[in-house]
Amino acid sequence: MNRVEGRVKVTGLATYAAEYPVEAVAYAYPVQSLVAKGRIVRVHDAEAREMPGVLAVLSCEDPPRLAEDADAELALFQSRDVAYRGQIVAAVVAGTYENARAAAAAVRVEYDPDDHDVALRSDHPGFYRPDVVNPDYPSDTVKGDVEAGLAGAAASVDVTYSTPVLHNNPMEPHAAVAVWDPEGRLLVYDSTQGASPDRDTIAQTFGLPREDVRVVSRHVGGGFGAKGSTRPHAVLAALAARAAGRPVKIALTRQQMFDVTGYRTPTIQRLRLGADAGGRLTAVEHVAYEQSSTLVEFAEQTATPARVMYATPALRTAHRLVRLDVATPSWMRAPGECPGMYALESAMDELACALGMDPVELRVVNDADAEPEGGLPFSSRNLVMCLREGARRFGWRHRDPEPGVRREGEWLVGTGVAASTYPARRRPARAFAFVRDGDYVVQVAAADIGTGARTALVRIAADALGVPPDQVHVELGDSDLPEAPVAGGSMGTASWGSAVVRACEELKRGDGKEGRADTTDEVGNDARLARHAFGAQFAEVRVSSVTGEVRVPRLLGVFAAGRIVDPQLARSQFIGGMTMGLGMALMEETLTDEEFGGFLRRDLAQYHVPACADVPHVEAVWLDEQDGELNPMGSKGIGEIGIVGTAAAIGNAVHHATGHRVRDLPLTPVKILSRF
Amino acid sequence: MKRFEYARAGSPSDAVRRFRPGTMYLGGGTNLVDLMRLGVAEPDLLVDVSRLPLDVIEPVGDRLRVGAAVRNTDLAADPLVRTRYAMLARAVLDGASGQVRNMATVAGNLLQRTRCAYFQDVSRPCNKRRPGSGCPAIEGDHGNLAVLGASDACVATHPSDMAVALAALDAEVHVTGPGGDRIIPMPGLHRLPGDEPERDTVLEPGDLITAVELPAPPPGASTYRKVRERASFAFALVSIAASLDVGSDGVVSGCRIALGSVAHVPWRAERAERLLIGGPATGAAFLEAAEAELDQARPLPRNAYKLPLARNLIVATLEELAP
Repeated sequence: MNRVEGRVKVTGLATYAAEYPVEAVAYAYPVQSLVAKGRIVRVHDAEAREMPGVLAVLSCEDPPRLAEDADAELALFQSRDVAYRGQIVAAVVAGTYENARAAAAAVRVEYDPDDHDVALRSDHPGFYRPDVVNPDYPSDTVKGDVEAGLAGAAASVDVTYSTPVLHNNPMEPHAAVAVWDPEGRLLVYDSTQGASPDRDTIAQTFGLPREDVRVVSRHVGGGFGAKGSTRPHAVLAALAARAAGRPVKIALTRQQMFDVTGYRTPTIQRLRLGADAGGRLTAVEHVAYEQSSTLVEFAEQTATPARVMYATPALRTAHRLVRLDVATPSWMRAPGECPGMYALESAMDELACALGMDPVELRVVNDADAEPEGGLPFSSRNLVMCLREGARRFGWRHRDPEPGVRREGEWLVGTGVAASTYPARRRPARAFAFVRDGDYVVQVAAADIGTGARTALVRIAADALGVPPDQVHVELGDSDLPEAPVAGGSMGTASWGSAVVRACEELKRGDGKEGRADTTDEVGNDARLARHAFGAQFAEVRVSSVTGEVRVPRLLGVFAAGRIVDPQLARSQFIGGMTMGLGMALMEETLTDEEFGGFLRRDLAQYHVPACADVPHVEAVWLDEQDGELNPMGSKGIGEIGIVGTAAAIGNAVHHATGHRVRDLPLTPVKILSRF
Repeated sequence: MKRFEYARAGSPSDAVRRFRPGTMYLGGGTNLVDLMRLGVAEPDLLVDVSRLPLDVIEPVGDRLRVGAAVRNTDLAADPLVRTRYAMLARAVLDGASGQVRNMATVAGNLLQRTRCAYFQDVSRPCNKRRPGSGCPAIEGDHGNLAVLGASDACVATHPSDMAVALAALDAEVHVTGPGGDRIIPMPGLHRLPGDEPERDTVLEPGDLITAVELPAPPPGASTYRKVRERASFAFALVSIAASLDVGSDGVVSGCRIALGSVAHVPWRAERAERLLIGGPATGAAFLEAAEAELDQARPLPRNAYKLPLARNLIVATLEELAP
């Protein structure tokens, strides 16, 4: 289906957070810390206060009132301690954006700086075991005897991979407009992936009852996780509006987004795999080393895919975290699965090479009939079919496994494969369906962050009602609508869709006029099963022996993700994820500034994401997977699985092309060239 | 963002007459406006020269005169440029994106500033932006900075593709200014950083580029090649503009080599050219010349890769051009 909001988007009529026309709006501009660690001695703001149009200056000199249990990244101006370079330490509110920005530049913050520690390194003495990893998985798991499994293996690998700091970089910068009414109720137009949870967090931060806060977010220009949790800009807009006594707008610059909207932790991952002569795994160990801030513990679940992927008698997974003087990492495009599967699937390729075995076959012989950690049966698992179908379509059987032997002029050619996986979860949601002017209106506080969620829900509702899609209107992106969970974890459509279907069924069952649903009980009663989508990705690469440049003429992904709600939207999701995976493989990288703290390369001219020329042929197909244990649609989330495995497939293809294994992303010409 | 005034020049001499300290000329604005948003450039007055009648490409005898305000897109699409100076058309098309090239002008392309991360971030030191404040790139992020001709004060690179081709073509830059008109031969427009890294070029305050004149193209085959980790819309890691003319006796009679993204200037590889001319057009000779040129390099830990990269690129490009 074409997107129902396609026309308003391409004609510029879709209203994004910063674009809501609000009378008498003022502007806030943040002042960011110039030290990575230390204490604020004094905020000198006298000059700024005298500048044209300035309405207020916010800082720790006069801390605005916030709830004591506010999240430390959101508790703006409550402390004199600086936790990272770029942290918001003051803000200026003025009648125009330009005046706010000019005055912000005149605020001088005096620091008592401390020595900072911003670099993740494998020998850091500060590593510890977090209690849980995102969102609530155990940090470590052990099954069987890994050492014995490795000792008895016919072939084994012991390899370490690393991935850099990555930033989500949605097209639409984070923005908010905050409006307080005379009764002390707060309205925030925010760029968020979830109006309901954003409303809850803002209410909690300000110590307000949640009925007194409303978040509106009808169109969002991408999020990828960066808008999944409430970010400081929304709190700042509300604080500034309260201080100025006027509505206040804030729109972050691209550079500010790098500092305060979250990022993917860099990772160092050690993989130890052993297999018998037939390729069956005898041991798997995956240990991930990651960072968080001193403010908040965020532990990415990087080693968790090994708990799902392959049958093995011995399995150990572990996460170690170190708290550095950096911003808090957060959700980004398949947190956990994405960096973890890069390492696991690269190591599987290395194991295949060590065994002299085809990498597709290695994965096939290690397919699991129950979850390797915990032993839960799968609701459905079609990894092998994805691998087989992908191999057929890609022409894999013609592949010569010998690395570094195919040359076209200066270009070395190779192919690689990797598996994909992502959990298929759902959360409780509510929905309301009713008849208006002969059409059907469906309300749910879902978020469409560019995924096509609005369109998918139209289709789901139309199917449930048995009416054409053009008779269904979906209203979302407003916390005053029936409560719904975040567009994250690839569970938006499954969660919202469940509630929408139930509301539509209720409407049909009742008077035909309206129906309400709350899926809390239904979701709570879901059978205990392992629910995951799976996939296989195949990449062809060309590597210049002159320059070390890597190009990817062909990417193929085959996915088994339950019933596909809408082929057109699904294809966009899959190839979008794969394109991001290609970016991760070849170019995406934020540098940490070890001298000053904070990040370097904070714009899109320096932080490269793929251009059209990088993705000449990305193809995604899917199996017809039937799974009755998921939700009324029979669907698994498809927002994130596309990025899982892409980087490994490309890295494995680079090895096949060149004979060299680069274990540190991104695979830039610099790293490739040093191997020739 | 600082308050500034804007004026549209009626003629080149009007633009020069309006110039006072704190004035900057505005071409396509694709770099200058970004730098103003970042607070790196803080002009008091912008004199818009983009609409001056300097947007003409015209043959002058066997030469080609390109107006300073010609848009990059028009330059690359011009039939004479495409046929006689294909190296230049390629270089321009390898730069930026279609949208940026539609805006960017010839003079603005030549005068764009370095993309060094520290230069573009006013919260960090930079000798080019704030003389005497220091160069954190030398110890920090210099992965895409200079290996040739850098100084202890600055390791920035000039980011242009077009300028590399112009340097190889012996282009002449026509300038008018408070001191009258003059002609600056490329690659002499840009200067090495020395202890004055704030000065990118030899232009004096108020100087306005009016045209770039291309002499007859060098005989033989020529090309431009750019290396980057993204296939489009990325600054070069290293680029090369080269021409090679080999006689029927197999002896090199002409050779031009210019390298991009290795120095504060488009780097004309004169040492290599001298070694090659009069010698054999063989892979061994190309390698020897490349290594001789790069012997003068002073790489830093994170940009040392540019030496094997530039060497490979010189050899591969000359081999491609050799008959």
